[in-house]
Amino acid sequence: MSQPVLSVSGLAKDYGNGQGCFDIDFELYAGEVLCIVGESGSGKSTLLSTLAGRLRADSGSVRFCDRDGRQHELTELAEAERRRLARSEWGFVTQHARDGLRMGVSAGANVSERLMALGQRHYGQLRETAAQWLEKVEISRERLDDRPSAFSGGMQQRLQIARNLVTQPRLVFMDEPTGGLDVSVQARFLDLLRRLVHDSGIAVIMVTHDLGVARLLAQRTLVMQRGRVVEAGLTDQILDDPQHPYSQLLVSSILQA
Amino acid sequence: MNLLIDARQLSKTFVLHQQGGLALPVLSDVSLQVAAGECVALTGPSGAGKSTLLKALYANYLVASGSIRIRHQQQWVDMATAQAHEIAAVRRHTMGYVSQFLRVIPRVSALDIVAEPLLEWGYSAQEAQQQAGAWLARLNIGERLWSLPPATFSGGEQQRVNIARGMIAPRPILLLDEPTASLDAANRAVVISLMREARQRGAALVGIFHDEDTRDAVASRIFQVPLAHAGHA
Repeated sequence: MSQPVLSVSGLAKDYGNGQGCFDIDFELYAGEVLCIVGESGSGKSTLLSTLAGRLRADSGSVRFCDRDGRQHELTELAEAERRRLARSEWGFVTQHARDGLRMGVSAGANVSERLMALGQRHYGQLRETAAQWLEKVEISRERLDDRPSAFSGGMQQRLQIARNLVTQPRLVFMDEPTGGLDVSVQARFLDLLRRLVHDSGIAVIMVTHDLGVARLLAQRTLVMQRGRVVEAGLTDQILDDPQHPYSQLLVSSILQA
Repeated sequence: MNLLIDARQLSKTFVLHQQGGLALPVLSDVSLQVAAGECVALTGPSGAGKSTLLKALYANYLVASGSIRIRHQQQWVDMATAQAHEIAAVRRHTMGYVSQFLRVIPRVSALDIVAEPLLEWGYSAQEAQQQAGAWLARLNIGERLWSLPPATFSGGEQQRVNIARGMIAPRPILLLDEPTASLDAANRAVVISLMREARQRGAALVGIFHDEDTRDAVASRIFQVPLAHAGHA
């Protein structure tokens, strides 16, 4: 097996009042989906933002292996280099699509932006790539020139996926991506994401409070409580044979449909 | 003898933290070896730990002690201590699990659900779909259903989709939890033939078969899961 895309050890972000995330260790390989679950305030989103370099870590190490096999220590990266990696090697899908999209420009421009940032200039080609990606996320190419503000919430979320995946990143961070979607749109989103992971071998770290989503998408799960990982392992093992009292509580609280 | 499963001295106790830390010993000191071409039927009274043993072999349940060595691509992998991505690789290539319940993404068609394991083996989409169609046809799932998501199928149809998905990739080890539970006689006969064919190609099977006729038809050996004794955690 090749080396992990991401190796995290001893990572901490301390807000000072006991809030934050502490003692985080895990490795993530290409093609893996890792879910982070836990109640509100357990530090899930803080961990995600710290991993992605959006928040400065207080201690520990996050090593990222880029597509050329070079290692980068993300906690010590200069801002310019972090931005370059964020554009070319990562994606970040936010819970509210409006935070992750540029609402004032067309859908096509939203998808093309990262390609242009990487130096692509050919207008016709950019437009064609953007149209293909809209179709991949099941938005008609006729909507290319429409602004995202004219899209439904589910379409905006899919547009955000296209915008993030167009540069074929190695690693995508997702913060509650299905949070605001109704269930039929959520099913479509899960199917889409599963196919994209399978086809392109990207690695995904997803924060979710939905254990059903974790079971369907993620091979591995971290359970967080009060800023710490209380249980880590295969998703089906954690859901079917949870060990920690908090994991047992979480699993026993699922509504059976 | 070509051993594929070598599980030794497995113990498992469920600790229910919601019930004040109540400890339920289910397995204590269980060892099981299975060779290529064998089919071992797990037996024992309800609650004796048949299902727990099967799930422990698949690393779906964690054992408290013991080793679960699985022959995976010319090497032994201990499922009790392996890393998550190693377990995922063993499940993808070496050890399949057929449960009673189908758990899949809601919108995916029956054909794609069955074809998926072959895609993970590197088959082309066309070849995988062709084989998936053949499996569904053999299990009497009519072609008009193939493009539909199985959520609306009957219990028996869902179970047959599940069997096709679990058995389509020719993995060397198959774990089967009541594979014929909700099937009629004709479909039970099909599943029995499929299990026999798997044995003939050299697969090792471990299963729970409540139905005695099915057990007699496929099992080469009975393994009585020993009752756990209290106090052994």
